[in-house]
Amino acid sequence: MVMVSTSATAATQVALSDVEVLRIRNDFPVLDQEVNGRPLVYLDSGATSQNPRSVLEAEQEFYELRNAAVHRGAHHLAVQATDAFEDARATVAGFVGAAEDELVWTANATAGLNLLAYSFSNASVGTVRGDAARFALGPGDEVVVTEMEHHANLIPWQELCRRTGATLKFIPIDDDGALRLEEAARLITERTRILAFTHASNVLGTINPVAELVALARAAGALVVLDACQSVPHLPLDFKALDVDFAVFSGHKMLAPTGIGGVYGRRELLNAMPPFLTGGSMITTVTMEKAEYLPAPQRFEAGTQPISQAVALAAAANYLHETGMERVAGWEASLGQRLVTGLSAIDGIRVVGPAAGVERLGLAAFDVAGVHAHDVGQYLDSVGIAVRVGHHCAQPLHRRLGLTATTRASTYLYNTTEEVDLLLEAVARVRPYFGVAGSGASK
Amino acid sequence: MSALDAMYQQLILEHAKSRSGADLTADEATSMPDQPGVGQCHQLNPVCGDEITLRLELEAAGSQSTVKGIHWHGDGCAISMASASILSELSEGASPDELGEMIGHFRELMRSRGRLEPDDEILGDAAALAGVAKYPARVKCAMLAWVAAEDALRQAVATGR
Repeated sequence: MVMVSTSATAATQVALSDVEVLRIRNDFPVLDQEVNGRPLVYLDSGATSQNPRSVLEAEQEFYELRNAAVHRGAHHLAVQATDAFEDARATVAGFVGAAEDELVWTANATAGLNLLAYSFSNASVGTVRGDAARFALGPGDEVVVTEMEHHANLIPWQELCRRTGATLKFIPIDDDGALRLEEAARLITERTRILAFTHASNVLGTINPVAELVALARAAGALVVLDACQSVPHLPLDFKALDVDFAVFSGHKMLAPTGIGGVYGRRELLNAMPPFLTGGSMITTVTMEKAEYLPAPQRFEAGTQPISQAVALAAAANYLHETGMERVAGWEASLGQRLVTGLSAIDGIRVVGPAAGVERLGLAAFDVAGVHAHDVGQYLDSVGIAVRVGHHCAQPLHRRLGLTATTRASTYLYNTTEEVDLLLEAVARVRPYFGVAGSGASK
Repeated sequence: MSALDAMYQQLILEHAKSRSGADLTADEATSMPDQPGVGQCHQLNPVCGDEITLRLELEAAGSQSTVKGIHWHGDGCAISMASASILSELSEGASPDELGEMIGHFRELMRSRGRLEPDDEILGDAAALAGVAKYPARVKCAMLAWVAAEDALRQAVATGR
């Protein structure tokens, strides 16, 4: 399973066209349905994305032709399954700019961040052998995150600090949802051992300046963990070029099934880290007293892995690569701007994050004055529009914004400008429906 | 009437705005009352962040006791706020047993997925919330205040004796 080379048209166009998006939509069976008597408008890809036929078929084909446990057994199917599994790793590693042995399969980004936090935790207790000591944390050490983190890139570090006695600090945001870099420069010091931040915010749509933050971490000698959950699916990227030490992402946000994701780590780091989950398939020699571990990635892949999901994730990476990530990002950037501009023009709507004209992902979270996000979402669902409502697993961020919940519309390569316009028209009807139009910013 | 209009009836939207009984202050909401015949309960729906702190006071009425009032502090969607407002109005003057029956009937109605008809005699304005039962994701919103009231009532009865 190898990457298909980028076509000539992909190289010459910076964004998908309306016609191409309509063709792309035909690849996604789930989009072709009615909800509450209207064509489904799926604007919740930030939560989970839909699967093209090629991904569904790759998973089914694996089960129909190749299903077996991998890395054990010498029979025909076991060899076929192992090849498919490792080919998938090579494909996905290539997609994110990692070497094959630098990509560890996990269930999703949350599992990936916990793998890192627990490995560092294991390096901090008991008798730590060899290179693992470099990951040990204790009182006086600091972990720095940001105020815009998803709970998945916050709570594992809170817990790591609680277990080790290290201190957690955070880089605040400004009112436009950008990180305050002057604060980052002050907070990241020689005490900082880990800097963990999101590449792109799932609420604000802000794309963070990775190079500046990596430079601060490098100067302080801290390890960099990048939450790439919202960037791998939507932006062209290369972890090596970004020069981060670790990165995590989820398959289900990039056209693949649930239950598969990845941790990227620099080879020498992964091989020096203590394991997190232990058991079968990750060892070399085991006695009744102790065990020796395989190098990465197997070191972190105890137990039977999500094999068909990995195969399907590779098919998703191929689909995105063939479409062209530059063009996907270009298209979504235009949808994001259409959302911000359109929503901001509606009376009583406050969009959080970067203002119109400023770079953002193809998503927008907003507050509707006088109407709770749950009611907004219910109204939109009644006209077939699927959005996410709530705190989007970012309570501290919402508290900073002075809100408890927002409504979020998030696009992907299969969304059309017409769908964004349908959302805008429906949102404009929300306050009149709930009888709060004209009451200004009352809440 | 569409299912959406059945859920967001005018009566519901009015209660969501007027919020009867929503006069417990933030300070009162954070301190537990230490008086006989008074109960207080905080409920949070972690899915949407809807939150309520509800205080229930009983008063003696002859040999019996009745609900003197329900006062609450909360923030949330139209359904959760309207439901708390309606409950606050309905409960006034009810005996503990009557309020308990009301809560039980309301819970059954909400869990019925729209199969049960509300008993207007027991539920009064709360019967207008019947449309919520067709939206399983919203049942917790409607139940929030009632779950809090059930616990506050239990405390009030226990300390009132």
